[in-house]
Amino acid sequence: MLNPELKLNPKVFNDAGENACEQAPIRKGFGQGLLLAGGADKNVIGLCADLTESTQMHLFAEKFPERFVQVGVAEQNLVTVASGMSAMGKIPFCSSYAMFSPGRNWEQIRTTIAYNDRKVVIVGSHAGISVGPDGGTHQALEDIALMRVLPNMDVISPCDSIEARKATIELAKTKRPAYLRLAREKTPIITTEETPYEHEHAQLFWLPEVGLADVGIIVTGGLTYNALLAAKELESENIKTKVLHLTSIKPIDGDAIIKLAKETKCIVTVEEHQVMGGMGSAVAEVLAQSFPVPIEFIGVKDKFGQSGSPKELIEYYGMGKDSIKSAVTKVLKRKI
Amino acid sequence: MLADDTIKTLELKANDIRTSIIEMLVEAGSGHTAGPLGMADIFTLLFFHVLRHDPKNPAWEERDRLVLSNGHIAPVYYATMAHAEYFPTEELKTLRKLGSRLQGHPHREFMPWLENSSGPLGSGLSQATGMALADRIDAKDKGRFIYCMMSDGELNEGNSWEGIMLAGKNKLRNLIAIVDRNNIQIDGYTEDVMPLESLKAKWEAFNWHVIEVGGHDMRAVYEAIEEAQAVEEKPSVIIAHTIPGRGVKEFERDYKWHGKAPSKEEAKMALNELRTLGGKIKSEHQ
Repeated sequence: MLNPELKLNPKVFNDAGENACEQAPIRKGFGQGLLLAGGADKNVIGLCADLTESTQMHLFAEKFPERFVQVGVAEQNLVTVASGMSAMGKIPFCSSYAMFSPGRNWEQIRTTIAYNDRKVVIVGSHAGISVGPDGGTHQALEDIALMRVLPNMDVISPCDSIEARKATIELAKTKRPAYLRLAREKTPIITTEETPYEHEHAQLFWLPEVGLADVGIIVTGGLTYNALLAAKELESENIKTKVLHLTSIKPIDGDAIIKLAKETKCIVTVEEHQVMGGMGSAVAEVLAQSFPVPIEFIGVKDKFGQSGSPKELIEYYGMGKDSIKSAVTKVLKRKI
Repeated sequence: MLADDTIKTLELKANDIRTSIIEMLVEAGSGHTAGPLGMADIFTLLFFHVLRHDPKNPAWEERDRLVLSNGHIAPVYYATMAHAEYFPTEELKTLRKLGSRLQGHPHREFMPWLENSSGPLGSGLSQATGMALADRIDAKDKGRFIYCMMSDGELNEGNSWEGIMLAGKNKLRNLIAIVDRNNIQIDGYTEDVMPLESLKAKWEAFNWHVIEVGGHDMRAVYEAIEEAQAVEEKPSVIIAHTIPGRGVKEFERDYKWHGKAPSKEEAKMALNELRTLGGKIKSEHQ
């Protein structure tokens, strides 16, 4: 069942009709959050590399034109200018597509933001395979790996639009550099206004009605919805799961992950990213050192993407509900 | 206008800084020689006559900002800061040693009063542009200047031109770039590796005010800085023509000194030349 303590969206499993679950792009929550953060703190700055509306920074740019910097199609400049503004006490958010930032400007992020320890939020929109028809060049599947490997850098990956808004407001207040990962497509709204947002703590979105879970599913970003769909169907098949959502991939909530592994003795990780170096790898790093258990990884397996509809691509690359269910069945067999 | 006495004092100080550069490089056993020697005059002028700064209170909020883009000339930066009494000159001998505040390329984590960490080329001007933009937003762009020290070689980097484009677009009057036009880079002479000329026309095309000057002429460089400070509606760049390795005749103009440190024998010769002011005084003890 959905964790009642978190006051999640009761309509999340309604997929049709009048009572269907609302959908919104995760990036939209960022746009709303930046507008609110900008109103709360005059030091908040928006910088964009010619993708103002599609990264949803236009809301901020229209309201605070004096605090918006258009750098043109120049992602290396985007983050280095942001570093300089941070040095003068500003709180810069710089947005582009994840494929270009941090894809193209990684060394500049490393040296002038992470190594330089300057508080800048790098906002990578259009992350993951669900970018869809634009094809493989635009589908960032390596960005979590690129960013979580950097010292001083936090990595935040919200599951829906509401959580993205809350995360953005929180990121304007923290002192550390951070990467905020967003997706293009509309996805179901899982959380509500009442859901508590805890920046660095993982949250159990799904748990068995009674007793202990057989399998732990750890998920981040927009695929949280697919993980919940899988968990619900598995429940009716008498397989009890817990779904742990990681908004923060770094710092990682090791305590919550170890606690779950101790209960279930096996884990499935789910992310819209390369399996190598992503969130699942981060989970494996935690468990290998503290409480090793079998893990199955849902994600892209050492391939580039291609054109297609978001839904088709998620299925084709093995990240749909049924793939998650298969991984659960598989890991149950490996359980010691 | 600089008085003759001031120029003389600054030139002697620059000579002391060059001496420190050689001493620290030979102790370190690695590092860059040509660029630091070539920029000693301009760094001396900035730290002892131009910058609004307070070595006793490095975090002074109203200070001018100096962004070092080409981090490999760190020895001249460190030596000048030590002579300006940011820290003891004895510490210069820790350059490039484990745990030293004087990292091979500048790192803020080790020396927090640096404005930026640098080393990878081509991104300092963009950081300086961000600083100048922030001051513009805060209406502080008439009160202080952001200086960016750059090399000519790093103008091969696309990121440099992205910064140049944005600063020109935003007409940042509070931004002054100083390019060390010494015509060398690691692989050879700049015009062989990747031609930069016509450099003045290129900057002008991006809406910058360009001043070309001899980089070892204190009076001319100072006048160029005064001119840059007076320009409204445009950022300024001073293209300072310098001699790499300046001050040690055997090192001058030879690109092989870009990225290596002198041996003990070479350092002895160089220090003798510097301490005798190029033979003007008979021995270093007189």
